[in-house]
Amino acid sequence: MTAVQAAALIAVAIGGTAVVATKDPPRQALVAGIFGFALGILFFAFQAPDVALSEIVVGSVALPAMIFVAISKVRRQAETGETDD
Amino acid sequence: MSRTLRTAVFAVGGVGFAVLLLWGFGGLPDFGDFTGHYGLYLAHHAVPQRVATEAVGVTTFDYRGIDTLGEEFILFAAAVGVLALLRLQRGEEGASAEPARESPSTGHSETLRRTASALAAPCLVLGLYVVAHGHLTPGGGFQGGVVLMSALLLVFLAGARFRRRTKPLEAMELGEASGAAGFALIGLGGILFADAYLENFLPFGDFGQLVSGGVIPLDNLAVGVEVMGATLVVLGEFLDQRFLSGGDA
Repeated sequence: MTAVQAAALIAVAIGGTAVVATKDPPRQALVAGIFGFALGILFFAFQAPDVALSEIVVGSVALPAMIFVAISKVRRQAETGETDD
Repeated sequence: MSRTLRTAVFAVGGVGFAVLLLWGFGGLPDFGDFTGHYGLYLAHHAVPQRVATEAVGVTTFDYRGIDTLGEEFILFAAAVGVLALLRLQRGEEGASAEPARESPSTGHSETLRRTASALAAPCLVLGLYVVAHGHLTPGGGFQGGVVLMSALLLVFLAGARFRRRTKPLEAMELGEASGAAGFALIGLGGILFADAYLENFLPFGDFGQLVSGGVIPLDNLAVGVEVMGATLVVLGEFLDQRFLSGGDA
């Protein structure tokens, strides 16, 4: 195992813990995005550039975007008093 | 269930899981020690056999094409499921329950607007590049499709709306469906012009050229269009169609 691989593993371990430890959902989405990027670096360090590309795009763009959209929709419904059920 | 009982149940489960996990870790091969014959065979023969430098793309689209077909239809079915559920819900609420707002709430930050509009075009070019070079460099239809989705998401974040008359949501639905169908039809070409479903039936071309690797670039294109369409349709539905406001929004 190289130093880069070890560093990437440690970064992912810290990042995953940080995602769980963050309480506020919008902040959590941002931390999850950074965690996804760290995971992408990890895959790249372990010689899987295809998976790294997917992980960076999905983990640090698509997933936070989906979470933000969901949060904003929930808040808007809470403001206007609408309910879905 | 009392708190002590819950703790006891969790303790039994947690200890059992930890023991099994450690036992499993004990039987793992050493770091970097790979003995899978199929993987070793592909690593040595995939690139010369298919005249495409991206061994992962060759494996997913050629040797294991049927797996990729299944994965593609998983995404297709998931997107269709989201559409069906959200539209059913909206139909019950009434079409005017969430009227389209003239100024999206995301458009207030000037920094966000400028950054997003500056990034949109490079992101689009990157997505097209990743799709088109899927058989040469790391990437391919799936990754490129998601990058293309991000490019259009940036257009939304920049506060711009797509032109009404083009009905982008319908175009994206069409893209999703035609991408999924395209991959299946390319597979049928294998039956008609070669021996088996999803078998290559085009000339392989020269190493490193944009048009090489047989059907793999076509597969990448189909998957790219499908992934972009599916993700955008789902995002558009979640954003109450303000993002891709066609005529019906």
